[in-house]
Amino acid sequence: MNEPARRLSVVVLVLFLALMGAASYIQVIGADDLNQDPRNVRTLYREYGNFRGPIVVDGEAVVWSQPVDDPFNYQRSYTQGSLYAAATGFYSIVYGRSGLEQTENALLNGSADALFWTRLGNLFAGEQQQGASVETTLSAGLQEVAAEQLGSQRGAVVALDPATGEVLAMVTSPTYDPAVLAGHDTATVNENYAELLAREDGPLINRAIAGDTYPPGSTFKLVVAAAALEGGYTPDTELYGPQQLALPGTSRTISNFGDAECAGDEYLPLSDALRISCNTAFADLGMSLGWGVLERKARDFGWDEPLEIPLPVTASRLPESPNESETAMSALGQFDVRATPLQMAMVASAIANDGVLMKPYLVDTVRASDLTVVSQTEPEEYRQSMSAEDASDLTQMMVGAVSDGTGRAARIDGVEVAGKTGTAQTGQDTPPHAWFVSFAPADDPVIAVAVIVEEGGETGSGATGGSVAAPIARSIMERAIQLDAEGDL
Amino acid sequence: MATVSELQVRTGRRAEIALLGVSWAIIVLARALVDYHADFLELRTLGIYAAAAAALMLGCHLLLRRYAPSADPVLLPAVLAINGVGLAMIRRIDFGYAQYRGRETAFGDTQIGWTVAGVLLAMAVIFVIRDHRLLRRFTYTAGVVGLALYLLPLVPGLGVTINGARIWIDLFGRSLQPGEFAKIAMVVFFAGYLVTNRDTLALAGPTFLGLRFPRPRDMGPLLLVWAAALLLMVYQRDLGASLLFFGIFLGMLYVATQRISWVVTGVALFGAGAVLAGTIFPHVRARYDAWLNALDPDLYSAGTSEQLVRGLFGMASGGLFGTGLGEGRPDLVPYAESDFIIASIGEEMGLTGLMAILALYLILVQRAFRTSIGVRDGFGKLVAGGLGFALALQVFIVVGGVTRVIPLTGLTTPWLAYGGSSMLANWIIVGLLLRISDQARRTTAEVAE
Repeated sequence: MNEPARRLSVVVLVLFLALMGAASYIQVIGADDLNQDPRNVRTLYREYGNFRGPIVVDGEAVVWSQPVDDPFNYQRSYTQGSLYAAATGFYSIVYGRSGLEQTENALLNGSADALFWTRLGNLFAGEQQQGASVETTLSAGLQEVAAEQLGSQRGAVVALDPATGEVLAMVTSPTYDPAVLAGHDTATVNENYAELLAREDGPLINRAIAGDTYPPGSTFKLVVAAAALEGGYTPDTELYGPQQLALPGTSRTISNFGDAECAGDEYLPLSDALRISCNTAFADLGMSLGWGVLERKARDFGWDEPLEIPLPVTASRLPESPNESETAMSALGQFDVRATPLQMAMVASAIANDGVLMKPYLVDTVRASDLTVVSQTEPEEYRQSMSAEDASDLTQMMVGAVSDGTGRAARIDGVEVAGKTGTAQTGQDTPPHAWFVSFAPADDPVIAVAVIVEEGGETGSGATGGSVAAPIARSIMERAIQLDAEGDL
Repeated sequence: MATVSELQVRTGRRAEIALLGVSWAIIVLARALVDYHADFLELRTLGIYAAAAAALMLGCHLLLRRYAPSADPVLLPAVLAINGVGLAMIRRIDFGYAQYRGRETAFGDTQIGWTVAGVLLAMAVIFVIRDHRLLRRFTYTAGVVGLALYLLPLVPGLGVTINGARIWIDLFGRSLQPGEFAKIAMVVFFAGYLVTNRDTLALAGPTFLGLRFPRPRDMGPLLLVWAAALLLMVYQRDLGASLLFFGIFLGMLYVATQRISWVVTGVALFGAGAVLAGTIFPHVRARYDAWLNALDPDLYSAGTSEQLVRGLFGMASGGLFGTGLGEGRPDLVPYAESDFIIASIGEEMGLTGLMAILALYLILVQRAFRTSIGVRDGFGKLVAGGLGFALALQVFIVVGGVTRVIPLTGLTTPWLAYGGSSMLANWIIVGLLLRISDQARRTTAEVAE
């Protein structure tokens, strides 16, 4: 009976090899598929179960993980959640992540390659994986002013430090509180999300960088003026600015705001045309320069190129081979020209920074849980948008627009402010978008800001950039100058 | 022959105490890790646990020295290591249930009780049964007792139905699975019967289609008991046990008669039966579906394959090295402490840990076969081989079910899974194997002289 017993033991060996093969398949070869199966809550629990790093504004955590006694171990918590939602985004067990919570996820949850040594340390200390903290460039003070000034009006504010590209403020309105999506009760989160999604004013949309892009209106004249200066024009070059300008090839005409005259004799210098935002003069200028020149200059300021700050920024758009009349309309920031508020802030920032456009960024420093610096963003030149000389000329023209032009509402006592208004038509029956882009102080700028209030805001159809958006920009610049003087910016 | 008489035969007791030391370290460390990760580490309780384990092991060792000095030195340490890992894992699952599920369970503590009882039972077997050949006298008694044990759950007022299977009895408030014990009785019965009748079975009888079939009077009693037991299990909806029982029977029949053609016939019959059962019984059909299309969303949401798939998720998340004891979520798998303890081990100890456990089982089974080959009497050969094969098959059926090698059926993983009957029965097997191996290795010594 020994021989069959031996054979039987071989059969057993084969059976066990089958088990080992199957286990290897499940745990190694097929493991990825199983781990990514949406029904596998383990991956979710593991992701949510670790300590997630905070998101910091001005040295204070505005988003942090609080230990709780449930399967997720931590509850993502927010101070002034709605104030920072545009930057932080949400972190939900049902709907995943958005904003910095998404782009900085690997750092926040501690799985990033850059945190390898920290993880190793945790492993040896028998500690849980610890996420890094993400310190933003935002200024709490400016963020608050911007949100307060926008109030319940739909719109957005973006403020940049022209010298570095730091995003000092990013506010979108209406917004939401990420806390309502961060709960661990799936039913409530579903309900809250559905509610936010159903709202017509789109609170989940980040209008500052990734909403529907807006027609920039007259703020685009800054780009046209920059192109003209580069093409040999001076602030004193006389432009043709009649009361009505016929659009070639159409029966339509371009008129000025309120059908006003730009100059008595139909000719006015470039600086005046920008100061009073003369439509006919810029339409004519745009046609004389030609679309190719305008397009190149717009690209120098960042049009046609998506950005990551690290939040993904929608590319601002330009029309494709417009004809003469379309070029005229484009020169006024209408037709198919579209821009994000961030793009317009970048225009102001480049002019403010001697023509050098710094790459905008939102994340300053990333620190591991032991407070060592994991990464620090260095300011980076993004584009040479125009020459320093042209930038200086354009700055003076913008100063004129504020001191004695359409942007008077942005004047600040004792400070030279450079700005440009925009009132972008959106349709026959809807009020215009009110724009204001500016920087201050004009000689040594600490802030460049772009404000848009959709469809005239509370003012409605009578709204202009000067009346609705300029006062908001003014408050923000004033606060920035004050913070800068206190050394807090 | 002076030179030969001086030959010292190694009893293996020294190797055993060294291996027991290794097992002890594994058992204590596993529990320490679990307690540490649950923030429950108390040196005092851990010390008591370690001391109790050491005392129990030392007791076994001394008893073996006295009553079975030549017994196999690997069996006891291997079983204890498996058992100790199981205890740690079950304790960890208790913590998991409490932490995530709000369930206060004490499976771990209960299981310690069963383990101690099991070890004592094994030692009692060694102490009482001084010679395994004694059991041969009880061949038919074993057959009757085995059948009776299988019948017990059907007795009204005594049997309980849990999860659709009527294989438990209620004894003093504890549910017991008599089938686990019946398994041992059946091995003894088959061994006794086959060793008496193997020659007539194999050599006498009519030939049909080129195969020689045994005479009905030789095969009759065997077939009667076998068929009765199988029918009972099918009736009780205990698919795993029927498969195991059928397998043990075929395996032992083969060892006794060397008739490969009978094995082939048996496997073919079983295959036909399985297909037939699949078409007739919806609950069998569902098992096949869940096995073949486990990840199908409909089967998952209907609950047919949910447990299986959750087990797979657990094992996948463990990967090569596991999440670490106490770091995973085995509580997400239904019956993580019993039927699916293998998935829990795969999750927290990784493929590495699972392989180690499987290797321990393999070593055990191979030692059983070695005992079978070493022992001189046919009855001992058949009992040792039968018990070894029963262990191997049981592990294959349950682990294979969890890892999708075969359809999932309910069986316990020996010494590892939570459950008293299984623990006691499997420790009786250890006792029997130790007893027979003592004989086997002493025989070798005698031959050497």
